[in-house]
Amino acid sequence: MRWITEFLTSSIGKKLVMSLTGLFLISFLIVHLLGNLQLLISDNGKSFNIYAHFMSTNPLIKVISIGLYAGILLHAIQGILIALQNKKAKGSKYAVNTNANGSWISKNMALLGTFILFFLCVHMGDFWYKVKFTDTLEMITYPGVDYQVKDVFKRVAVAFENIWIVIIYLVGLVALGLHLIHGFQSAFTSLGLQHKKYTPIINIIGILFSVGISLAYAVIPLIMYFSKLSNY
Amino acid sequence: MQLTLKVWRQKNNKAEGKFEFHKIQAEEHMSFLEMLDVLNEKIVSEKKEPVAFEHDCREGICGSCSMVINGRPHGPQAGTTTCQLHMRAYKSGDTITIEPFRATSFPVIKDLVVDRSSFDNIIQAGGYISVNTGQAVDGNAIPVNRDDASDAFDSAACIGCGACVAACPNGSAMLFTSAKINHLEKLPQGKIEHNTRVKNMIKQMDKEGFGKCSNVGACGVECPKEIPMDNIAAMNRSYLTSVFTKE
Repeated sequence: MRWITEFLTSSIGKKLVMSLTGLFLISFLIVHLLGNLQLLISDNGKSFNIYAHFMSTNPLIKVISIGLYAGILLHAIQGILIALQNKKAKGSKYAVNTNANGSWISKNMALLGTFILFFLCVHMGDFWYKVKFTDTLEMITYPGVDYQVKDVFKRVAVAFENIWIVIIYLVGLVALGLHLIHGFQSAFTSLGLQHKKYTPIINIIGILFSVGISLAYAVIPLIMYFSKLSNY
Repeated sequence: MQLTLKVWRQKNNKAEGKFEFHKIQAEEHMSFLEMLDVLNEKIVSEKKEPVAFEHDCREGICGSCSMVINGRPHGPQAGTTTCQLHMRAYKSGDTITIEPFRATSFPVIKDLVVDRSSFDNIIQAGGYISVNTGQAVDGNAIPVNRDDASDAFDSAACIGCGACVAACPNGSAMLFTSAKINHLEKLPQGKIEHNTRVKNMIKQMDKEGFGKCSNVGACGVECPKEIPMDNIAAMNRSYLTSVFTKE
């Protein structure tokens, strides 16, 4: 079994882990967005709360979510370790630094990633932690539904009344978008999936996806903030 | 033309380096290395230690001339080595910053000269084909597909100068290693030992302390032989296959 450790600790093995966990987290972004867009349905949170209840009680989702936490941790810890090792491999820096041979984004993936990790801690502390580990949320029953659900919608609506929280989310999403612009196509290169026939297509899909998903996520706090304003 | 040079001076590997400023008179038709020769003549005439820099063929094929000019290995021109860069790329009054290639696996020996033995070690780990001694084989005895020969030659154009490592923000040697691997893999003689070669060369590359590729692409942009980053993707593919096939 020595080959497995040798493979996973080699430079290419480490890239492979970053690439696979990255693609897994990208797939999560899509699912998470589709669920959260229900926040914008004007039924006072009914469909979102029922969805949130399902996501936190369904056994299959519970198993998948453990995989997700593992994926986030692996991607973050491995990413930080690789960045530190690369810094050591580079040694001293040049007196003149230029972005003429590579984009700022691609050279600062670890910085963007660390920023996203901080954002994730804020985000999970605000919702995930409060839903899972505290009793601060009200229970609510909907007509036609025979079980009580936590009013997660209200928690989100209250949070997005605060302009500063909205701004933190927007900044976090900009970092996510930039990280994805390089990360999406980089994941395929690390897997060895590069060819002059399909790589340009991957690159275009990557940019459209990165910009699209960040904008789609940004719409949620923005609409919730401004619709609240217009209610007063 | 009047130039101000900001040159890295470092006595040896242990010593702390610093920049030194020189004002010199150069001509537009000089190559960058000839301009440095003029600088050294001036320094020698002042009875001081000349700037050490590596050079050999001065026609862009040996890969000796290693320096970073205004933040770019081999200077601003695409597809050329430092010796092929001419002073007409600059104008009178310019300040030019000249530094050695920087990477932990390329320790500075003196001034602009770095030790690139780590590349030799990677080659020794598998950058060859094993041939039994005997009579020379007819060059045309083994048929090679025309496209494969072209692809192999594109990768074989690597002169091992190390600009890829110098340009990489991670100090990664993946463009060099992948060019050598793909060059041999494309040809029938090289295919035979491909799987072991991939594993051994990558193992040695990691052992030398080079960084990990994050697909920035600076290596391909700065490569004087314009070797594309596709080589790295192909090496990743080869490595994954070699790990999951028989020893």
